[in-house]
Amino acid sequence: MSPDQQAPKIDVPYLAQLARISLNAEQVKTFGAQLQQIVSYVEKLKEVNVEGIEPTAHATPITNVFRPDEPRTPDDPAPFLKNAPQQANYLFVVPKIVE
Amino acid sequence: MDYEICIGLETHVQVKTRTKVFCACPTEFGAEPNSNVCPVCLGYPGSLPVINEEAIRKTVLAGMLVGAKIARYSKFDRKNYFYPDMPKNYQISQYDLPLVIGGTVEYDFGVVDKKRLGETKVCHLTRIHLEEDVGKNFHFERTSGVDFNRAGTPLMEIVSEPDLSSSDEAFAYLTALKEILIYGGISDCDMEKGQVRCDVNISVRPKGQKELGQKVEIKNMNTFSGVRHAIDYESQRQIETLRRGGKLVQETRRWDDVAGVTESMRTKEHAHDYRYFPEPDLLPMSLSDEWLAEVRKLVPELPSAKRKRMVERYGIPLYDAGVLSADAALADYFEAAAQASKNAKSVANWVCNDLLRDLAEAKLAIGESPVKPPHIAELVELVDSGKISSKIAKDVFVEMFKTGKEPAAIVAEKGWVQVSDTGAIVKFCDEVITANPKIVADFKAGKEVALNALTGQVMKLSKGKANPQAVRDALRGKLTG
Repeated sequence: MSPDQQAPKIDVPYLAQLARISLNAEQVKTFGAQLQQIVSYVEKLKEVNVEGIEPTAHATPITNVFRPDEPRTPDDPAPFLKNAPQQANYLFVVPKIVE
Repeated sequence: MDYEICIGLETHVQVKTRTKVFCACPTEFGAEPNSNVCPVCLGYPGSLPVINEEAIRKTVLAGMLVGAKIARYSKFDRKNYFYPDMPKNYQISQYDLPLVIGGTVEYDFGVVDKKRLGETKVCHLTRIHLEEDVGKNFHFERTSGVDFNRAGTPLMEIVSEPDLSSSDEAFAYLTALKEILIYGGISDCDMEKGQVRCDVNISVRPKGQKELGQKVEIKNMNTFSGVRHAIDYESQRQIETLRRGGKLVQETRRWDDVAGVTESMRTKEHAHDYRYFPEPDLLPMSLSDEWLAEVRKLVPELPSAKRKRMVERYGIPLYDAGVLSADAALADYFEAAAQASKNAKSVANWVCNDLLRDLAEAKLAIGESPVKPPHIAELVELVDSGKISSKIAKDVFVEMFKTGKEPAAIVAEKGWVQVSDTGAIVKFCDEVITANPKIVADFKAGKEVALNALTGQVMKLSKGKANPQAVRDALRGKLTG
């Protein structure tokens, strides 16, 4: 059995829609195959025996990295706004949002 | 067929911290747009978030206040979606390991109907988790503008079970929840600043049916009265649809406050595939016994417990206890005065009526009151011991509020001591009896109320300083003796 058959099926057009990118049929095919390869590779992890090992949310064995509630002096916002494709009245201007 | 309504609320509350939850930008309201922003809350590539401990502490405190289980191990997750008010294209939230699990909120129907004061119910909570607030959108003709000052403000999401069965219950629950959060110093819950926002999940089912009906979500309500009206409209719409033989679909609706209706929001297909995964930029939290014990020290007495205790300890009516406990500082004020007095009931009257009225008029908070708790106790004592009449006491209070002086000093200064001295009273009585032969004759003919008229005359002559009971006794003695 090839790894491709074991790996979960990837719905490439759906994924593209979630990522807000448009793909043509050719790209769906190319990227689909590549993604399938990557996921199949990750599937290898399933071969590891994890019996008795606690699931973790992070690979680093450190917790509680906190910051005190002290405000910093705000930066000059001008450079941030300058980075925006469009700005007006100190606002980032975006295509009209429709709910 | 009769239907019952099942309502669950998702209440978003801004946590009161000085800085945002993952960066040190200030959380002040009303600043110039995009003035409190940095690479972290603007989602710049390469910037890294760091957890604000105070936001965790306050969320845990909220959990303790509702008697919930506090997670010993918790983490943040990424909730992925595209929307211009979320610059990273994901929101840092909590998915499967929230900070707070379960809990209950007890609410009192007195807030919807005074006659039902003391009638309480409990709403169970599912969980409380912490996430970051998003930016604010402004809509123009052809474009929209985004202000990211709010983005990254710590936001608690308090999820209730579908325990609420009417708009009144939802309103009473929200009121109780708000009271608890203000008490704990967790949030100011200022509705006008958008610090509390609510999503309403509502379904109806035939009475007696176990399974919940088809759920409809009403998004982004920002007033409690709006929640009330939206529930009334939406529950009626659902019941009518079912009665007509129609079918309900799971959907998200929006409340139109002006038209007074809910309307369907055309949300895109797949819009709810958030693809949560553990936030790799933040390390998990494991809260130790010592850390939790420190937070537990911050737990105050809750309003409902305070009300019950006040009624028992001071013998005041539940209504007064409700007024006094609505604000922790006011409750402390009352208790300081009541403990210095032998007559807590009278103290409650002065505080609830005269003091609150004058404070409201002067637009002062209780902490700024010119009249201090011992002064109220002293005023009550002056009345109870017969030194001043209750009528004069009102004037004394006006002076106390105006000058901040002690009541005894005011009474002495103004010469308002009640006259109980028989010699002086007898003199006034003689004058009144001579001047009012007709009323005197009425009284002698058996008209008891005539004595009131005469007493009133004497009081007037004494400028309100005579002890009314002493006056009545003296008059009666003279006219019947």
